[in-house]
Amino acid sequence: MSESKKKRGFWSEMIYNNPVFGLYLGICSTLAITTTLNNAIGMGIAVIVVLTISNIVISLIAPLTPDEIHIPVYIVVIATLVTVVGMLMQAFTPELYSTLGTFIDLIVVNCIILGRAEAFACSNSVSDSARDGIMMGLSYTFSLLAMSLIRQVLGTGLLEFSNPATNQTIFSLRLIPAGFEIPVFTTQTGAFLTFALLAAGVAAIKNNDEKKAAEAEKAKAAAAKAAAQATAASVKAKEAA
Amino acid sequence: MNLLTLFLSALLINNVILSKFIGMCPFLGVSNKLSSAVGMGLAVIFVIFGASVLSWALYYYALVPLGLEYMKLICFILLIAAFVQFVQMFIKKTSPSLYKALGIYLPLITTNCAVLYVALDNITQGYTFIETLVNSIAVPAGFMLVLVIFATIRERLASADVPDAWKGNPIAFVVAAIMAIAFSAFAGLV
Repeated sequence: MSESKKKRGFWSEMIYNNPVFGLYLGICSTLAITTTLNNAIGMGIAVIVVLTISNIVISLIAPLTPDEIHIPVYIVVIATLVTVVGMLMQAFTPELYSTLGTFIDLIVVNCIILGRAEAFACSNSVSDSARDGIMMGLSYTFSLLAMSLIRQVLGTGLLEFSNPATNQTIFSLRLIPAGFEIPVFTTQTGAFLTFALLAAGVAAIKNNDEKKAAEAEKAKAAAAKAAAQATAASVKAKEAA
Repeated sequence: MNLLTLFLSALLINNVILSKFIGMCPFLGVSNKLSSAVGMGLAVIFVIFGASVLSWALYYYALVPLGLEYMKLICFILLIAAFVQFVQMFIKKTSPSLYKALGIYLPLITTNCAVLYVALDNITQGYTFIETLVNSIAVPAGFMLVLVIFATIRERLASADVPDAWKGNPIAFVVAAIMAIAFSAFAGLV
């Protein structure tokens, strides 16, 4: 029971509290770098690392930080982490770093990270904050993967993944025959369209569940009403007797 | 580089929203009404211009001589936050009416990635001071142009009959996709 509940918690967090398609945070990088699966994975890992460590550090220093300057302090923490991650990527995965370019630096102003620091890490324990960072980072990565899968497969016809350090192709599969790809999906227009589709999909799931919940509520109310009527009728019948 | 070419390419061809996807949060957040879009656009032009020029000076006159180029990210973000705070206090003191008009947009600008993007872009492209001035005006002007066009479309969209799941932001992204097609035609301009 607790197992299934936990599992549902994981997926509902992925869909309902999805920072990108649910809350519209961190959209810039989602639109810009999701042309290939490689980019999405690299960016996702960078954000998970920065977000988790920043959540841990901020939950540690939050009690010591004066309230008036907490935002500059958090930003410095985040900027330092991003600088470190950027340098590591430059050293070990230079190809990936050059394609992601400024978007690694722009993780600093990614609303998800400052948002979680403000909303969660500053008032929760270290372990909870670390868990929150990993969960949020994963659901961000999940969104990136969904976007890049659609854009890469429709735009180039290939399902492809390569080693980020050596740039060698690990896996490549042609799903759409050459000449039948839809190149518009690799352009800016495709990014906006794919995002619109996925956001509408998430909204549709949410609407559907809300409707179901409302209907269940209605059915419950109707059943209660019917039961009340039945008891009233039986009372009447008794009185008549 | 020809300054006019630089201006046009930053304004239209490499438009910050439609081609670089930067500054999406205010693009979605304040585009419901034309008046707020104009206010936000003006505030962004002002802040980006000031912050980028200051960042350029900070980089070439403080960080490079000290050999601290790798600190640029931390320094720039602090400079931007401080600059926004300062502008806010200055406007509040000198022009209360302007503060009323722009006030609520100013704190939001610190987290607008376009500000940091322009400051970093001026450095990575190796622009001279004059080119930095032109780029720092053209990029936010392009932002405002697209924001205002988008806001006028969204005002009409508010009264349109849209399927439930597409209401709000999803349909706005479809509008942005169509605008991106239109703007991609500018690619042949230069």
